[in-house]
Amino acid sequence: MKDFAYLTAHDVPTAVRAITTPGAKFLGGGTNLVDLMRQNIERPDTVIDITQLPLDQIEELPDGGLRIGAMVRNSRLAAHRLIRTRYPVLAQAILAGASGQLRNMATVGGNVLQRTRCPYFADLAARCNKREQGSGCDAIGGFNRNAAIFGASEHCVATHPSDMCVALAALDAIIELESVRGTRRLPLVGFHMLPGDSPQHETAIAPDELITAIELPDLPAAARSRYRKVRDRSSYAFALVSVAAATEVRNGVITEARLALGGVAARPWRAHEAERVLLGAPATEDSFLRAAEAELTAAVPLSQNGFKIELAKRAITATLRQLHVEGSAA
Amino acid sequence: MADIRMRVNGSIEKLDVEPRVSLLDALREHLGLTGTKKGCDQGACGACTVLVDGERISSCLALAVQYADRDITTIEGVSDPLQESFVRHDGLQCGYCTPGQICSALGMLAEHAAGMASAVTEHVADEEIELTAEEIRERMSGNLCRCGSYNGIVAAIQESAGSAR
Ligand SMILES: Cc1cc2nc3c(=O)[nH]c(=O)nc-3n(C[C@H](O)[C@H](O)[C@H](O)COP(=O)(O)OP(=O)(O)OC[C@H]3O[C@@H](n4cnc5c(N)ncnc54)[C@H](O)[C@@H]3O)c2cc1C
Ligand code: FES
Ligand code: FES
Repeated sequence: MKDFAYLTAHDVPTAVRAITTPGAKFLGGGTNLVDLMRQNIERPDTVIDITQLPLDQIEELPDGGLRIGAMVRNSRLAAHRLIRTRYPVLAQAILAGASGQLRNMATVGGNVLQRTRCPYFADLAARCNKREQGSGCDAIGGFNRNAAIFGASEHCVATHPSDMCVALAALDAIIELESVRGTRRLPLVGFHMLPGDSPQHETAIAPDELITAIELPDLPAAARSRYRKVRDRSSYAFALVSVAAATEVRNGVITEARLALGGVAARPWRAHEAERVLLGAPATEDSFLRAAEAELTAAVPLSQNGFKIELAKRAITATLRQLHVEGSAA
Repeated sequence: MADIRMRVNGSIEKLDVEPRVSLLDALREHLGLTGTKKGCDQGACGACTVLVDGERISSCLALAVQYADRDITTIEGVSDPLQESFVRHDGLQCGYCTPGQICSALGMLAEHAAGMASAVTEHVADEEIELTAEEIRERMSGNLCRCGSYNGIVAAIQESAGSAR
């Protein structure tokens, strides 16, 4: 690992001033950054520890939503009573990711900004447009079993690996950013960029911005929500496909539907097409199937990842079915 | 170089390390505490698990400087009936993963006692979660054992969790 200067920021103004130094990077739990630094994929000159910032609270908002400080550790977020009761899909998504050790280290902000797990991104001997702009993409004609089926381009087919973000997308979370220029609030849906012809441009964050918080809107339907993750082994593995879903049914008709997919695109994939089919439809197996079909129509497979299309359809219908059965039993 | 102090297994240690030195290397190379093992050095195996203020972390992805002034427990500082249970249930073969397994299990049992759910908990909102073999397997999935001693590991943890804790 290349040597670097190290400093600890104890307040937000200090952190956002320090990050304007060229070559500086924030350090959260380090579970992604330290790994990539050791592989010489990230090479910061200055590392700013932000875990001492006073951003580790989870607070109720006057409008019924929740504000989650960006330094809250993943395990603490999943363990929080209000998350477990009001937004169980978020607790489940976090618990489905990484390991107990890593979740104790990982911060909410770092989870949002974790880099792709495309094997070519992590291989300095391979071509990767994300890592080195214009060098090419070895995944497209190579090992692409884990690659995207939505929104990929001829320049990049990588996926975003976060489980937590899939739940946040379904919940319409807001990301709060702070810099010396002020505060911005952006929807999480759309925060991660599709690759287009600039796959090195991964999110809407500016290089000098700090994620300070994530806000969850008040969403009664989320009290009955589920996260389903399909992977090559039953634990401690990234998703092949995952589904975050929340539905509300009145008199047999679906009155609220939130659906997002993981493992299928460079962003947590909000399933708008499926939601359109579900809203106002009867809560039946047929509606669930039609919703899954509608969403997957736009999927484009590569040589090895075509299985994700059928897998995603089955994961969507299974999740909706489970929510429906649980709802009827309640 | 950074001059830091940390409490390791109860005694205050002074360290002079470059910021790029991991907590794992600081423990092993600088303090000579080689009980904590390096398996993958990328967060993927759990061999490097230590307890920080009682919480389990992967020390290979931790920069030592970030853990200044914290309370670290490595296997050298553990004396717990769980270790006897590991022996009784053959929870090891070569033993390379064992220090990490033990530290991880102690952290995991504290998480369970605090009411934390896991990915196999049917209803995450439940306040009382029975520590079944399935729960133990899931909660310990961050610790790989190349020798495949998993059945013994689960039995050892179950025994230890069942007795007065
Ligand atoms: C073996 C292994 C398995 C894993 N499995 C999964 C899995 O199954 N599912 C899953 O979702 N994840 C998984 N992960 C990834 C893990 O969730 C992320 O590494 C973690 O969430 C990152 O958080 P962190 O605080 O450690 O980030 P760091 O490593 O500290 O930072 C990551 C990036 O974010 C930047 N950053 C951090 N915080 C902020 C902030 N507040 N503002 C601006 N920039 C910031 C850093 O500069 C860096 O670029 C796995 C990781 C490992 C090592
Ligand atoms: S050595 Fe740290 S997880 Fe493998
Ligand atoms: S006992 Fe050999 S690796 Fe676990």
